[in-house]
Amino acid sequence: MFAYIVRRMLQSVIVLLVVGLVAFSMFRFVGDPIDNMLGQERTQADIDRLRAELGLDQPFPVQYYKFLKNAVQGNFGVSYRQGRPVSTIIAERAPATLELAFVSGFLAITMGIALGVFTAIRRQGIAANLIMTVSLIGVSLPTFLIGILLIYIFSVELDLLPSFGRGETVMIGNWSTGFLTASGLKALILPAITLGLYQMTLIMRLVRSEMLEVLRADYVRFARARGLSDRVINFRHALKNTMVPVITITGLQLGSIIAFAIITETVFQWPGVGLLFINAIQFVDIPVMAAYLMLISVMFVSINLIVDLLYYAIDPRLRVDARAT
Amino acid sequence: MSLLTINDLTVEFPTRRQLFTAVDHVDLSVEPGEIHGLVGESGAGKSTIGAAIMGLLDRPGRIASGTIKLSGDQISGLDADAMRGLRGKKISMIFQDPLTSLNPLFTVREQLTETIQAHLGGTDAEVNQRARDLIDRVGIPDPDTRLDQYPHQFSGGMRQRVVIALALCTEPDVIIADEPTTALDVSVQAQILDLIKELALERQVGVILITHDMGVIADTTDKVTVMYAGKVVETGPTSQVMGQPSHEYTKSLIAAVPRPTLKLHRFPQISYGGRETRFAIEDMARHWPKVDNDTSKPVFEIRNLTKKFLQRKGLLPWDRTYFTAVDDVSFDIRAGEVFGVVGESGSGKSTIARMIAGLYPVDGGTITFDGQVVSDLTNRAALDAYRKNIQMIFQDPYSSLNPRMRVDDIVAEPIRHHKLMEGSDVKRRVDELLDQVGLGHEAGMKYPHEFSGGQRQRISIARALATQPRFLICDEPTSALDVSIQAQILNILKDLQEHLGLTLLFISHDLPVVRQMCDRVAVMKQGKVVELQETNELFANPQTEYAGELLRLMPKLDDLSTDGLEAET
Repeated sequence: MFAYIVRRMLQSVIVLLVVGLVAFSMFRFVGDPIDNMLGQERTQADIDRLRAELGLDQPFPVQYYKFLKNAVQGNFGVSYRQGRPVSTIIAERAPATLELAFVSGFLAITMGIALGVFTAIRRQGIAANLIMTVSLIGVSLPTFLIGILLIYIFSVELDLLPSFGRGETVMIGNWSTGFLTASGLKALILPAITLGLYQMTLIMRLVRSEMLEVLRADYVRFARARGLSDRVINFRHALKNTMVPVITITGLQLGSIIAFAIITETVFQWPGVGLLFINAIQFVDIPVMAAYLMLISVMFVSINLIVDLLYYAIDPRLRVDARAT
Repeated sequence: MSLLTINDLTVEFPTRRQLFTAVDHVDLSVEPGEIHGLVGESGAGKSTIGAAIMGLLDRPGRIASGTIKLSGDQISGLDADAMRGLRGKKISMIFQDPLTSLNPLFTVREQLTETIQAHLGGTDAEVNQRARDLIDRVGIPDPDTRLDQYPHQFSGGMRQRVVIALALCTEPDVIIADEPTTALDVSVQAQILDLIKELALERQVGVILITHDMGVIADTTDKVTVMYAGKVVETGPTSQVMGQPSHEYTKSLIAAVPRPTLKLHRFPQISYGGRETRFAIEDMARHWPKVDNDTSKPVFEIRNLTKKFLQRKGLLPWDRTYFTAVDDVSFDIRAGEVFGVVGESGSGKSTIARMIAGLYPVDGGTITFDGQVVSDLTNRAALDAYRKNIQMIFQDPYSSLNPRMRVDDIVAEPIRHHKLMEGSDVKRRVDELLDQVGLGHEAGMKYPHEFSGGQRQRISIARALATQPRFLICDEPTSALDVSIQAQILNILKDLQEHLGLTLLFISHDLPVVRQMCDRVAVMKQGKVVELQETNELFANPQTEYAGELLRLMPKLDDLSTDGLEAET
């Protein structure tokens, strides 16, 4: 077990090094930062001075090493546009995105699993078929359209919920939270639904098809033949077996909730890292882009690690093999 | 009064086009402590009766008429809740495949205790004690440790014991065992059947044993009911039905069972219902290239063959562990003979076949074909020339044909691959082959799923013969088939050997079949050949203890009627 975790960690480090290389190459190949920073009236002396100051005159491996060393310490340099350290900017923006991702992820998983199980058990029912039909909309409509539709209905027509921003936030230490105020919570509803709807329908359809598969398995028939109740068969025997493949997809989907919050954040003008990233692209703010890239890859790698560990917790077949190692 | 009485039971499956009657006016009764065999070919309605008793008929199946009574109380037509109370408590079931009938994510203890809890209740200590007693009773050693293990930590036979423990855990009156030993090795099969016999007697449980294996019926049951196409054709005490069958179908079914003691020239086929399919061996022989089988020289010389499988991966060589599937095996296969390989599952039979076919690389030793070493061929042309002469017939006719390819494409593929013919010649050859195996060339336009298991195995044979090979590898070619179909397929293989001069490597775990088919037999155990003998010699007096043990465990069919069978002289 321990050896397994260590091995997975090593793999994760390799992935991060590669992503780091990509992020770092952006500095070299996406325009010259000196051009961006110094403006039109510059002398060759200015350029040379800044080049030495930023360490751009050093050989490539040395620069990469320095970049990594700084990145590990959370130092991604200074934003070209805002002139402030990137790590500070991201730390300001991250809570908004993380809270949004948490709420929509939670919604997607709980609702997705519950509806998936329901539609699998009541396969022939009217309600289940209705849900399946409606879920097609969730899968096929693009996120921005859902967002705009929701804004139109709930903000413009009904005037119930705010159409943009986070509402009031409260600072707890360095963390600005919208969970503690009424307007903060209200502001969270529409973006969370927009962001989570696709994942929810995806998880639901996945759970349903896996569950239908499991319900046909011999051990479920045998459990029926032993006279166990439907509740025990559906929720104990079938659901646990359903979870094994569902966890993989769900894990990756949670990663993309955070990574692809960009569209939702743009539609709702949500002050998170996604919006920050979009603005950074517009202004070729490379340090911010590089930091964002690293942040997302760290997140994906750690989610994958957690997923692999969850496998262990659920499936005894893996556990025993590992013990033998 | 009987324990279980089935009266005039009819089960129907309404389909879009017509009503399919799976069980047709069946009467059956089971006494306490009696093992009642239910035998017939697939599709005869045996399992449907089991499902009807359990109240677990798959939709849209329904009981159209008749009653099922348990100790005098009617149980057919009860509502779902009442039925659930009976299931497990009064009637239990044992399924065919012990590998899939236990939930892989729960320990044996969890699965036992939840069932006991659901029906009997009681304190945790009582329930656990009961679970332990049961595991002990079904003969699983070290119950305290085993209880907390997961199903995958048990072997097939041990898992079937767990399944039996689960079926027994609430003291049922009736147990329905649906092909309980079909997926198990002969030696394990004998143990499981003994256990069922013992338990039935000890607990006075009525057992309905559903099987297609006449050997199991003859050895285990007290009474037997023979079914054909949903109807009961004959019922009575086992010794009477097996010894003096009165119905034509029963007679031909019994005649089709391969005998361990009697060597016949051909397998008797079931004539009932007029289903014999022609196999045009003469046509085929006319076009077949003349083979001169020099019987003094071996076709295959296999020397010190070894195959290891990686059991645990590791970056460093000393981190890896290997499982030796085939361990230093040497033998010759003579031209024109049928060479049998027998052994329990995991003994390395199929691995040898795959190495000969070139599907697995060889880890040690050599395979020599016609004086040429073929185990280390890398030259594409030489490899193709070798492979053209070697064809394989697989065990499972369902998964060995690509479901998305038409039958004529399946059969034509080897011809096209080896560029033996071109254009319309290919089509003509394929049509010929399909005609010759008795399917008719119209079959070429269809897809594999439109055929039954036996017909699919004929397609496999047509495909294997497409390159006009000299050597056929048959890996358990009939173990997925009914007795009657098995006889047809085995007769075809015998014809191929006799009329076309093919050499066969025949792999099987079914000793009576091996006795009929093979000239010489190698007995394998844990990757090694423990005995290699002429077939008659091996069956008459085995030299090693292991071979003797295998023969002893083989179902004895002495009681079976031998009407119409004449031993080969």
